[in-house]
Amino acid sequence: MSGINYSEKIPNNVHLDSDRTLQRALEHWQPHFLQWWHEMGPTDFESADVYLRTAISVDAQGWAHYGAVHMPEYRWGIFLADPVPERKIGFGDAMGQPVWQQVPGEYRSTLRRLIVTQGDTEPASVEQQRMLGHACPSLYDLRNLFQVNVEEGRHLWAMVYLLHAYFGRDGREEAEELLARHSGDADKPRILTTFNEPMRDWLSFFCFTYFTDRDGKYQLKSFAESAFDPLSRTCRFMLTEEAHHMFVGETGISRVVKRTLEVMKELGTDDPARIRAHGAIDLPTLQRYLNYWCSSSLDLFGSEISSNSAQNFASGMKGRPDETQYEDHVLRDKTLKLVMPDGEQEVPVLNALNEVMRESYLKDCEIGLKRWNRQIERAGHALRLSLPSSRFRRSIGPWAGLPVDPQGRLIEKSLYEKNLGSWIPSAADQAFIQSLMRKVIEPGKMAAWIAPPERGINSLPVEYEYVKLH
Amino acid sequence: MISFDTHPDRYNHWRLSFDGPVATLTLDVAEDKGLVPGYKLKLNSYDLGVDIELHDALNRIRFEHPEVKAVVLTSGKSRMFCSGANIYMLGTSSHAWKVNFCKFTNETRNGIEDSSADSGLRFLAALNGTTAGGGYELALACDEIALVDDRSSTVSLPEVPLLGVLPGTGGLTRLIDKRKVRRDLADVFCTTAEGVRAERAREWKLVDHSWKPQQFAEAVKARALELAAKSDRPGGAGVKLDDLGANRLIGVNIDKAARTATLTVKGPDAIKPERSADWYPLRLARELDRAILDLRHNHLDVGLWLLKTQGGIDAVLQMDEILESNKSDWFVRETLGYLRRTLSRLDVSSRSMFAVIEPGSCFAGTLMELALAADRSYMLDAENGPQIALSRLNMGTYPMANGLSRIENRFCGDVPDVPTGKAIGAKQASELGLVTAAPDDIDWEDEVRIAIEERVSLSPDALTGMEASLRFAGPETMLTRVFGRLTAWQNWIFIRPNAIGEQGALKVYGTGAKPKFNWERV
Repeated sequence: MSGINYSEKIPNNVHLDSDRTLQRALEHWQPHFLQWWHEMGPTDFESADVYLRTAISVDAQGWAHYGAVHMPEYRWGIFLADPVPERKIGFGDAMGQPVWQQVPGEYRSTLRRLIVTQGDTEPASVEQQRMLGHACPSLYDLRNLFQVNVEEGRHLWAMVYLLHAYFGRDGREEAEELLARHSGDADKPRILTTFNEPMRDWLSFFCFTYFTDRDGKYQLKSFAESAFDPLSRTCRFMLTEEAHHMFVGETGISRVVKRTLEVMKELGTDDPARIRAHGAIDLPTLQRYLNYWCSSSLDLFGSEISSNSAQNFASGMKGRPDETQYEDHVLRDKTLKLVMPDGEQEVPVLNALNEVMRESYLKDCEIGLKRWNRQIERAGHALRLSLPSSRFRRSIGPWAGLPVDPQGRLIEKSLYEKNLGSWIPSAADQAFIQSLMRKVIEPGKMAAWIAPPERGINSLPVEYEYVKLH
Repeated sequence: MISFDTHPDRYNHWRLSFDGPVATLTLDVAEDKGLVPGYKLKLNSYDLGVDIELHDALNRIRFEHPEVKAVVLTSGKSRMFCSGANIYMLGTSSHAWKVNFCKFTNETRNGIEDSSADSGLRFLAALNGTTAGGGYELALACDEIALVDDRSSTVSLPEVPLLGVLPGTGGLTRLIDKRKVRRDLADVFCTTAEGVRAERAREWKLVDHSWKPQQFAEAVKARALELAAKSDRPGGAGVKLDDLGANRLIGVNIDKAARTATLTVKGPDAIKPERSADWYPLRLARELDRAILDLRHNHLDVGLWLLKTQGGIDAVLQMDEILESNKSDWFVRETLGYLRRTLSRLDVSSRSMFAVIEPGSCFAGTLMELALAADRSYMLDAENGPQIALSRLNMGTYPMANGLSRIENRFCGDVPDVPTGKAIGAKQASELGLVTAAPDDIDWEDEVRIAIEERVSLSPDALTGMEASLRFAGPETMLTRVFGRLTAWQNWIFIRPNAIGEQGALKVYGTGAKPKFNWERV
């Protein structure tokens, strides 16, 4: 790899061509990354020409550069948002002090863990989605899937950059481990449980990009506040890409709703069996998918009461998303009442920040719901889609494993077990969704269960051949 | 009042299961079942209640299951073996509570090694997930350690970087002493909060085996069977450890005003070899164990224990003969082990101990160990007065933590020619140096009274330090280093503001606040 032209191969704004530390690390890591992509990415589509957006700089022209590429030749770059001059720590006990340009020794371990945990999710989702291409509902969607995939790959690069540039030998080892763990691998699973579930269908994919990537957005937003400036700048730039992933989720579900409403109108019924027979997804089934994916994403915020959340915030390592919207940025001696299974409990806000984030996340999730419900309302139907309670189906925190219904009520265990199948997708639901998963690759054509998008990519028509499969 | 009595049917935190020669102890801590209110036992962390069950479970394996040759310690939680002692429990506990807690957990871990060395039990720590602090120290007490290699799970001793205290349950000592980890690597390991994953852990000798998740259960089983094959435990029927009920052999009389406790041990009648929980030597061990723990934990200000016995010397000597000549029998061996571990508790109890040797007493053989463990012994010198005796069991069956018998320890290795199996009167005992003083019947009462009153007036801290220093002569061993060096440093750190001051590391843990240290090295 010596003699490589770094800025050509790896677009960056971190002076890669003059940074020997980074060069040495990447020389080793980059071939492993490509190997990983080859083995664990969308392998069967390596020779396809995909109309992808590539970031080649952070300015308005550079961050969205479109063109057809073979995915293995995608130019995964390293970009940090422009530095904010004289930036000060915006929260926590060290508020007002200058931000850190290097990792403070005392926070090395925690920062590394935070970056590794975040970094681990990026390749994990690529692995989870690697077979979806074979069941794409259109070339437009296939392209979006690959765009999400290469950007998750770039987000991995972003985290690896931080590990390589700031954490020495440990960082290099952790970067290798990010490629060694694999989603769903019983011997070396990804760190977070949610990221070890395979993604079998596109409805799940849309839900994942809507709910789980939104958790990612919240994590990135809280890291964007970090006192560790390189992390903050990295995440600020990643957020511009993450927005697209949520767009894929929101519009994907919206197009499913649109198509279902069309079928309902055509048939003059809301009978799920008849809608299904017509090849569309009935709204109650969609509701169960929303319940499932929303609740599994809620766990990603961690336990309601957490010592880590307090340390991360007070030290300045991780803020709240959009920290400036709050008045109090220190939170010492502030308390919050949390509803626990055994009654209300007053806890220091610092220890309850996971819950603060979870609540604000749920509010953000409502935005799409409103839009979809407006579609349903306009079509003259009474049903409304909704989000489950943050206590429903939890695996972490005081509500973990408790029989709670989607409205958040603690109910009899037998009742819970009886009804769970009507709250989250049953085996029959999954089989039905699976039966819809047929590859549609004629330019401009859509699978029967989803409406076409309102517009194409980068002002191109929907009919454009976004992926040339050869 | 803390009770040390429990039974597998009442365990909250451990599951004990048996499969042929392998017993499995599965740690699955019930978060809400802490021994005292105020903390949750998250992430398989433990408090005294968890360890009381472990202590009980080990005794069940020793006595009730002679067919067990290897013991696997593992966790019932997913991807988490044990995160160590519960930090909030430590943060909210008094100094005395912390010290007593650490001492008990130390003794339980030493007991694991004791059973490995002397009872033919082999211990395999099967770390099926992240293992931190006290969790790793528990593993260190086992013969072998296996860590799951899932690319995430680590072993760690994060006490120094996270909490500003030490891995005080033998962790530091066993690293370099038992596992022979190089000291600079140990230094790196003990300051790396996130710990070390399987591959490097093996490289650094922190663990013996690393197996992938899918092979783990099978590999653990296979290794446990290999370890079992090295054991000489015979199998057959065990001896049920029935609930102890009220004391029958030991009277404990606490004088609150005088701050003394009198422990009176009733000697045996003529005993025969038998297999029963009520067999005198075993019942003695169990009652004495419980009495010591009860006094330690529930009566902190009772600073002086007066050790007395009641009974016939000959019966004790006869008992010792039976123990000695049957010591290869598994049940006798276990009983001797229980006595040995219990007598060791005396050596490290932070209480003054005086043996009071009066008429009608039976300080002989095994029971003479009480007098030898005491800081001083007073023996009445009178006509038809009390006698003492030594047996072969005094000559090495009950070694102290320094590896010496209490006789060797008493004479700093230079043991005079002391007769065994023969009654020794006060004068001779005094001449031989087996007792501290032998006042005659005119002086006796005043001399003993004054000694007691004077003793209880002295600084309890200074006495604890003095006694702990004088009780162990001769060589250092891993165990004396655990108790004398590691524990002493830990107890010092436990009272320093850097750990427990308002801004101390242990106090602020979990609040997000940074500890404020006084940077002066002391």
